[in-house]
Amino acid sequence: MTTRLNIQKTYKLFIGGTFPRTESGRFYELQNSKGELFANLCLASRKDLRNAVVAARKAQSGWANKTAYNRSQILYRLAEMLESRRTSFIEELILLGINKKAATTEVDEAIDRLVYYAGWADKYTALFSSVNPTASAHFNFSVYEPTGVVGVIAPEEQGLLGFVSTVAPLITGGNTVVVLASEQQAPVAISFAEVIQNSDVPGGVINILTGKLDELAPHFTSHMDINALVYARALSTDHKLSATTNIKRMLDWTGKWSAASPYHILDAQEVKTTWHPIQTGASGGGGY
Amino acid sequence: MDFAFQPVDQMGVMDRVARIKARSVKKEAKKQGLRMALNMIDLTTLEGADTPKKVERLCYKAMHPHDKLEGLPSVAAICVYPMLVGTAKTALEGSDVKVASVATAFPSGQSTLEMKLQETDFAIGEGADEVDMVISRGRFLAGDYNYVYDEIAAVLERCRSQSVRLKVILETGELGSLEEVRKASDIALKANPDFIKTSTGKIGSAATLPVTLVMLQAIADHYDQTGVQVGMKPAGGISDAKTALQYLVMVKEVLGDRWLSNEWFRFGASRLANDVLMQIIKQETGVYQNADHFTKD
Repeated sequence: MTTRLNIQKTYKLFIGGTFPRTESGRFYELQNSKGELFANLCLASRKDLRNAVVAARKAQSGWANKTAYNRSQILYRLAEMLESRRTSFIEELILLGINKKAATTEVDEAIDRLVYYAGWADKYTALFSSVNPTASAHFNFSVYEPTGVVGVIAPEEQGLLGFVSTVAPLITGGNTVVVLASEQQAPVAISFAEVIQNSDVPGGVINILTGKLDELAPHFTSHMDINALVYARALSTDHKLSATTNIKRMLDWTGKWSAASPYHILDAQEVKTTWHPIQTGASGGGGY
Repeated sequence: MDFAFQPVDQMGVMDRVARIKARSVKKEAKKQGLRMALNMIDLTTLEGADTPKKVERLCYKAMHPHDKLEGLPSVAAICVYPMLVGTAKTALEGSDVKVASVATAFPSGQSTLEMKLQETDFAIGEGADEVDMVISRGRFLAGDYNYVYDEIAAVLERCRSQSVRLKVILETGELGSLEEVRKASDIALKANPDFIKTSTGKIGSAATLPVTLVMLQAIADHYDQTGVQVGMKPAGGISDAKTALQYLVMVKEVLGDRWLSNEWFRFGASRLANDVLMQIIKQETGVYQNADHFTKD
């Protein structure tokens, strides 16, 4: 009898809703828990980052203009798709050296995290926006709007939960993201891209790179078209300084990404305040 | 007149385009290419909603693409409807930027020769330096090649008499195949216009690299046979610097350095300028740019 060969998955990048290889042609190797070669992963370059930002920028207004309710449904759909592939994600984490109990907890928490933010999508603006006091016949509103394209340095540990916990609040608020996945647990982030693809998340809303933090960090910080950077891994002072050239919002989520909180959504929002006259007087009728 | 038509090897064209696209342009060559591309742009606005102010704004941009960076070239020309030629001419006074006007019942070309000539005269009278005419695709597809040729020749005569340069738009997206593109190119070239141009930008399918390659090859053959140099203008759908550089590589390979100036090669585009500017500044500073920092047009 012939023995069957396993068909190995090729882990590629995820940009604009497709799975391209890195344009650099470079890769790095990952071993599984038994020390065998587990996968070759794309070692993303500056140009891959550029392409991802172009895709994210293109998708941003469309995503922000979807109704909050629709974004909520799509986030919930992510949870559904992850639930249906729960066992395969647990297995993948085990292959990456996580013990079974921890792997199970991580996948379950990731699913719950998605449901948590799905719930917030059409509520946070109502809760945090305000009607401000004025001294004239005007309404004055402060409302939350997405920052735009947000870069994410996902945590190195907990490749799946870390990814979901950083990305979900950002896209809940109408941002699009370019994520540098955990280096050692990158396969699980790329597998999560398959979940994204099946959840009506428009191409370009979530873009995933795999590679080295030291190499990509300066480009994440200096890129003019990334409006904010969430970093859940420590960045060097040099890297942080280069963000000052473009007035990027730098959001330090090291040590705080693991909590679920609506304030994570607000971190990557901008408050827009607007005046509106209250119509009164003879012609005004009932006003509004 | 009899037209002897050339067959086109479609697979060969695709193959050559693929090789040209794979060419890598780096560092100094890239910087040079980007500036050259900027200098070759016909900054275009062809909307029913065009106003004099919009055209004035565009003219300012044509002369001052990005004031923050010194030493940038201006674009080649502004391309507008005949009604706005006067506005553009005044706004561009004293600069090197030319005014190009579409004419001859742009974009469909469905009108009588008489009216087309009238429109051409009007555009020239308003001060156009260049006229972009459309061919009668309906007549072309019906096989009435002599009609198409005669029309081009008639418009060209009006232009030449006033030292105005003529670009002939083939609207390749409506011609069906590369073979037809070559046929239309050959008919137009026979009249010796100043440029042949791919598209109006008004239909879905606009300039592509394969279509441009076929047209460039027709220009090359025409030059070999007659010694007359004709320029090329791909238009519509070219919106990023990377693609623009691929076009320049193609021109260089098929036609050579003689065509590498805005006298003989143009890009018809509205969005391309900003992307080229963003890439130029990226080359200068090493930092990728954000579109919010550039004028909207």
